[in-house]
Amino acid sequence: MSVEISLQHDFPGFALDLAFALPKPGVTALFGASGAGKTTIVNAIAGTFRPRRGRIVINGRVVLDTEAGIFVPPAQRRAGYVFQDARLFPHMSVEDNLLFGWRRAPAKASAEDIAGVIALLGLGRLLHRRPRALSGGEKGRVALGRALLSSPEILLLDEPLASLDAQRRAEILPYLERLRDEASLPMLLVSHALEEVARLADDIVVVKGGRKAAEGSVFDVLTSLELATLAGAPPVGAVIPATVAAQREDGLTALGFDGGTLYVTRLDLPLGAQLRLRIRAEEILLALEEPRGISANNVLPAKVVGIGNSDDVHADVQLACGATRLIARITRASAARLGLAPGKPVYAIVKSVTVGAMAASMPA
Amino acid sequence: MASSVASLHRARYNLQAQHGYRRMFLTPAESEALFLSLRISFVAVFGALPVAFAAALLLARTRFPGKTLVDGLIHVPLVLPPVAIGFLLLMALGTRGALGGWLLHSLGIRFVFSWTGAALASAIITFPFQVRAIRLSLEAIDRGLSQAAQTLGAGWWDRLFNVTLPLALPGIAAGVITAFAASLGEFGAIITFVSNIPGETRTLPLAIYTALQAPGGEEQAMRLSLLSILLALIFMTLAEIVQRRARS
Repeated sequence: MSVEISLQHDFPGFALDLAFALPKPGVTALFGASGAGKTTIVNAIAGTFRPRRGRIVINGRVVLDTEAGIFVPPAQRRAGYVFQDARLFPHMSVEDNLLFGWRRAPAKASAEDIAGVIALLGLGRLLHRRPRALSGGEKGRVALGRALLSSPEILLLDEPLASLDAQRRAEILPYLERLRDEASLPMLLVSHALEEVARLADDIVVVKGGRKAAEGSVFDVLTSLELATLAGAPPVGAVIPATVAAQREDGLTALGFDGGTLYVTRLDLPLGAQLRLRIRAEEILLALEEPRGISANNVLPAKVVGIGNSDDVHADVQLACGATRLIARITRASAARLGLAPGKPVYAIVKSVTVGAMAASMPA
Repeated sequence: MASSVASLHRARYNLQAQHGYRRMFLTPAESEALFLSLRISFVAVFGALPVAFAAALLLARTRFPGKTLVDGLIHVPLVLPPVAIGFLLLMALGTRGALGGWLLHSLGIRFVFSWTGAALASAIITFPFQVRAIRLSLEAIDRGLSQAAQTLGAGWWDRLFNVTLPLALPGIAAGVITAFAASLGEFGAIITFVSNIPGETRTLPLAIYTALQAPGGEEQAMRLSLLSILLALIFMTLAEIVQRRARS
């Protein structure tokens, strides 16, 4: 289960030149601003775009090698593609849409698998409807199910949430999380929304101007100073895997992570449930001494690892809290006043934490 | 279906022979012209349909040098006088024409003075109507759907029959109905190419013309004209129904 991609192509005023790999099952995010070349990369993997030079290997099968003259047409690539605009066939029922790829797959998913996907995506009541009678979120789920049932070797998700409003997005995100935890295939998630990446991805490839700007696990890349300056304005912040450690009588839930404990308002989860926490850079204050008489529940001792200038006014401070990396965005004036430098011990005051569930370890 | 139209025609004729035509709505000559018109138009439209679909697909989906020229050629019958088309067909396919002579001697096919020739002339003249309607509906289809089908494992023919064709169906139906209605009214090309032979090439418009040539034939011409109006109304209603179904 691995995918290797290397591509080169010249467009007028824009050149695509990058290589990366999806080494294992799980979600890799292809992150970057609009126009960075993300969709072009996905189209090249699906075969609907043919780059000038490149080599793509999906699970040991070479589907593109311009040097050897190999080009496997899209219909034989077995790349499940979930388009931003769903692209359901309007003249077919939801059921026929779901089975379109399945009927054409060389290795067909069993009836049990079909029932499983229908249950996973909550499509049971929609089977006999026409696509035009579906909401945006429902269309997205059907598109996802259709791609999954074609027995793909890689799942390509091109901004599956971008065309949805916040409410629909919240409706479909849990399904994507379950998919990530239950499906055993590599998935490439195209996104320009950091929140989405933070919640879903295991690894991340940052693309800027057709080139790879950063690559690694979300936990590392999202707290790197390079990303902070790259991403520009989006909400930069750390992603931390955590475990429910205790339910306290005062209404707080203690979440243990590799480097300490964070307290959040009561979460109805069993002890040991795994979570993904996100702490945005703006939500961390820094102090040189342990603050006293403060309302914040979370004060973490940490060490400065590096400082970068995110813009004219702000500085991003990378922190090590045990083995966990955090990132704080403060003003450059504050950084100078505190005399921050790599190695300096500080206290990170965490104002708020966003909690996203890892569905596999949650009771259904 | 052409044969079922013909057998209906025969059954009707027998009925008339038994009871006398006065009890029927149409005289034998009138129903002959009507069913001949329907048969010729049917063969013309459905014979040309696959070619029209291919031409529409070519124009809607591909780019090639000389596309404007091909587009223009397809539309020539719209602007050329039908009599000229009939004349050109006669020159090419007449038994003394190069192509016509070859068809007759090697394949035994003769178009002149035959209802098949009338169908050929009608097919050529109504071809642009079909291409135009189908092309519009093809261009209205989201190309992304074909791409989606591709990533789901559907090859070219698979996509054509299971995605493109069903989605173009309203346009195909509209094209067929328009072409059929236009074909029923064809006069110039038919009379020039295959002449005015009762029971073989004398369609409704030719029968009206023939009636007017005889003294006192106005009543006959009026009956045939009313019949034509009735047919036109039926087809306009059909077209309306198809369009409404396509929209819903």
